[in-house]
Amino acid sequence: MSVDTAAVADRERFPTGEALVDIRDLRVDFGTAARPLPAVEGVDLSIGAGEIVGLVGESGSGKSVTALALMGLVDEPARVAAQRMQFAGRDLIRMTADARRSLAGRDMAMIFQDPHASLDPCYTVGFQLDEAIRLHGNADERASAAARRQRATALLREVDIREPAMRLRAYPHQLSGGMAQRVMIAIALAGRPRLLIADEPTTALDVTVQAQVLALLLRLRDELGMAILLITHDLAVVAETADRVVVLYAGQVMETGTVPAIFDAPRHPYTRALLDALPEYERGQTRLRTIPGVVPGAHDRPAGCLLAPRCAFAVERCNEVRPALTALRARVSVRCHYPLVVE
Amino acid sequence: MTAPLLEARDLARHYRLPGGYLSERGVVRALDGVSFTLQQGRTLAIVGESGSGKSTLARQVTMVETPTSGELLLDGRDVARATRAERRRLRPQVQMVFQNPYASLNPRRTVGALLEEPLAIQRRGSRDERRSAALAMLSKVGLRAEHYRRYPHMFSGGQRQRIAVARALMLNPRLVVADEPISALDVSTQAQVLNLLADLQQEFNVAYLFIAHNLQVVRLIADDVVVMYLGKAVEQGSKEAIFENPQHPYTKALLASTPSVHRRRRDSTSSQPANAIDAAPCIGHDRGPSS
Repeated sequence: MSVDTAAVADRERFPTGEALVDIRDLRVDFGTAARPLPAVEGVDLSIGAGEIVGLVGESGSGKSVTALALMGLVDEPARVAAQRMQFAGRDLIRMTADARRSLAGRDMAMIFQDPHASLDPCYTVGFQLDEAIRLHGNADERASAAARRQRATALLREVDIREPAMRLRAYPHQLSGGMAQRVMIAIALAGRPRLLIADEPTTALDVTVQAQVLALLLRLRDELGMAILLITHDLAVVAETADRVVVLYAGQVMETGTVPAIFDAPRHPYTRALLDALPEYERGQTRLRTIPGVVPGAHDRPAGCLLAPRCAFAVERCNEVRPALTALRARVSVRCHYPLVVE
Repeated sequence: MTAPLLEARDLARHYRLPGGYLSERGVVRALDGVSFTLQQGRTLAIVGESGSGKSTLARQVTMVETPTSGELLLDGRDVARATRAERRRLRPQVQMVFQNPYASLNPRRTVGALLEEPLAIQRRGSRDERRSAALAMLSKVGLRAEHYRRYPHMFSGGQRQRIAVARALMLNPRLVVADEPISALDVSTQAQVLNLLADLQQEFNVAYLFIAHNLQVVRLIADDVVVMYLGKAVEQGSKEAIFENPQHPYTKALLASTPSVHRRRRDSTSSQPANAIDAAPCIGHDRGPSS
């Protein structure tokens, strides 16, 4: 059974188009009331069923914190607040801690950058898969060890691991990076999630292996109807994999829209500057365009636009007034007083 | 053409596996017969995946290790067979910049001390001379005099890599081995460091042996390229030849796998870069335990 019938049933219950994830004005603050240290400041994020959304930004932009807040993994003393935070129509803010916990790992699962740090070196792949299935599998699987073993084998096949029976007996150190990340994906699939959060899933992998893992994620989305939040700093990975992209800077969404809209005609100076800084934009030239300065820290945030001190187009107003995220056209929004004009 | 600054002839480095005397496969051929030349002031990029032997090559060129066989000529002198004293004399000519400036700079020393250390070890100049050399180098890499007394943790990743580059250049080397020098940095600072490396090459006429996995970066800065796979150079040539007319299936697979912002959505059902690697008949099977 390669196509998961449970997931197909879910897809019918939550038809494509209805937002699977709907977050409005997410705020995560690591400071105190007297000295706030905002990591995420008013992020809107929606993910449709079966949609791949790329969340891009530099280090410290709030990508991972946004994902952890969605998973319910941001602990005290950090404070998480949002106007609205829904998953499959359920309110995550008012949900009890227990209900929230039962969602994480089952309905929404997460994989991380370094698979060898995510896997427990002391236990075999089979043991760790079995544990995930025991916790998040269906009633059959929870009851029967034989059913779990069968499911574990099927999951390894699902992620293109050859000779699954042999791999179940392997320890993490016996796996290559790409293989270990496939195992992590298999573990994440144990609960038949409707959303997979992939935080830099290919950053530690070689390019050819990266291409294989990204192709695997696309196939799983197509076959299982699973939505994916793809967190990465690599714009090219997003351009090739995602349906929609959200560009974060210093904890705020700077620009969001469909992949062709954002990559072919970015309207925000930050998106433009990020693309310009890529080596592939400078064929035949030896100097790259750069973004001067550094990302503002949580305690020295400009009063106006967060990008203003580094922006080539900034004028007086940008230093004084923080722009709002404004819809320019269907599904394209920009946080800029003076969006770039494209022909 | 002038004599090359660096020339490798059939260079090899094998490692004995612990306890391997009981089995036939007791040796890892990490570097297995690589030849290339690098001219003064030019950039040679070494590309390949983990386990291809890139870093083993770097350890031979920086004279941290001695090659198992082959020749490694620095300015026409064979480093592989040099005496200890000769190697010590040659080492300042070759300096290194590492991938992760969070790990490569001693957190307990100030920037000034870090920059002056190579000079002090080589007993070059007086204290004051070393100090003014460090200050001059700081300004060349785009840092300020007030940074001299600060510690590495007070800097961003891009600034730290500037410090690492400055330190590598303190001895006025003729060759800098840069092992993935920008892959740990954010996109906006990657460009700054790449520009800096290009400027410094102009100014000091230093050659770079640039180890990278990002082909877009290689395309920007390299003059020549060596593509390595499992310890061997599977293809090498000018940048133009490698990128415009790749011959080896592995080079083609690497190029196909490199993501680009210009390329849209790989359809999971159509032919995909992922399959490119399996299409290479000589590869795919023989990917060792580390692949």
